[in-house]
Amino acid sequence: MTGIVSYGVYVPSYRIRVEDIANQWGEDPEVIKSGLMVEKKSVPDLDEDTATMSVEAARTAILRANINPEYIGAIYVGSESHPYAVKPTATIVGAAIGASNSFTAADFEFACKAGTAAIQTCIGLVALKKIKYGLAIGADVAQASPGDALEYTAGAGSAAYIIGDENVIAEIDDFTSFTSDTPDFWRRDLQKYPSHGGRFTGEPAYFRHIISATKDLMAKTGLKPTDFDYAVFHQPNGKFPLKAAKSLGFDAEQLKPGLIVTHIGNTYSASSLIGLAAVLDHALPGQRILMTSFGSGAGSDSFAITVTDAIETVRDRDKGPRVEDFLTRIKYVDYAGYAKHLSKIRM
Amino acid sequence: MASTAKFWREQAARYNLEGTRCLTCGSFFFPPRAICPRCRRKGEIVPYRFKGTGEVITYTTVHQAPRNLNRQIPYTLAIIRLDEGTQLLSEVICDPEEIHTGMRVRAVFRKLGEEGERGIIYYGTKFVPILQT
Repeated sequence: MTGIVSYGVYVPSYRIRVEDIANQWGEDPEVIKSGLMVEKKSVPDLDEDTATMSVEAARTAILRANINPEYIGAIYVGSESHPYAVKPTATIVGAAIGASNSFTAADFEFACKAGTAAIQTCIGLVALKKIKYGLAIGADVAQASPGDALEYTAGAGSAAYIIGDENVIAEIDDFTSFTSDTPDFWRRDLQKYPSHGGRFTGEPAYFRHIISATKDLMAKTGLKPTDFDYAVFHQPNGKFPLKAAKSLGFDAEQLKPGLIVTHIGNTYSASSLIGLAAVLDHALPGQRILMTSFGSGAGSDSFAITVTDAIETVRDRDKGPRVEDFLTRIKYVDYAGYAKHLSKIRM
Repeated sequence: MASTAKFWREQAARYNLEGTRCLTCGSFFFPPRAICPRCRRKGEIVPYRFKGTGEVITYTTVHQAPRNLNRQIPYTLAIIRLDEGTQLLSEVICDPEEIHTGMRVRAVFRKLGEEGERGIIYYGTKFVPILQT
């Protein structure tokens, strides 16, 4: 069956504390932290962007499963912060991982769910036997205007998944999508920062799409919340996925292993995929994982995943760091340092 | 920074540390050489991708940088001996007080520079310390 052959993640080592952002704008840090359930967020280094983070995650995925990159027939990078408006990030990734030139490539954009759309596309190509492996990446240097509520959570990170049908570490049993024209969050052409509809991003956007896609998946597969050992939902903050899980019938214990937003913020296209990686880092053969992404605009992709006996073959720490390794090797920057790292100061 | 075409020609070396090796004498070369200076016409040069691990031979911290690297000061440049034996000059991403001779390092993929806001972004290899676990 088609599934995940390997995976890799990357999170920059820099962090800014939520209280440093709150103090900058005269807000109460404790109110913000408890409201969002986020303590700190990841910040890219001065020479890191979506392309560099995509390459680092992809290299880890390749190394872990000892994949010959010349067998990768498709590379799709999902992001809303591609370094170029025109010049695909996927081409840079292909060259930097040593892929052949015989692969199809494109950059995807669907707010925070472009990475799961990339996975779906790879599943299709692999299932049709058009390619041996597909490389799907979700990566972002999340954008947020200074002083905007998004600034407390907009982080940076990437996750890469190699999709194939041999030696899979986790079978993708099925997936569903739920998409509508909902203007909850957008960025117009040539604008540096996105805009959003405030509270409108909740019920009609995040919750409607996450819940609908997940219910559709359970109806399609005949599975119910208790059939899953883990659940991962897109993590714009800590509260939204908890509330979505509760309304769908999942408990906090199913959610906790993949809930990493508290430590790295919302990594946009990488968010649910890093959460899935955190679960795969520890899941046992036979365990079942539900993952549902969300991208503003709006849509959700929901996946039923079953871990196989091969999972242990890719978890050698010498071949790649686990998600938890990125949570401890960190350096803090203050607001001025953060503004410098993200080029919020024009020179 | 180099022209777009020049950088493109050097892309494999900059992205993936692709150099060359002489099968006759076993020497490694980075940047890649087309002719082995030791074996001359007896040499047999083949492409070689370096593993990307090595150690710091010597280093310096830059406090006065070219205009396009002003945001990054202070940064550290080092001569690194790759495990295969050849040496190269690269930035090592770490605090200036953290680096030391003999430090083990590994290659990572980073931005090397860009030609202003409208130009090409140059990517390539830098090094980071190998963390002891």
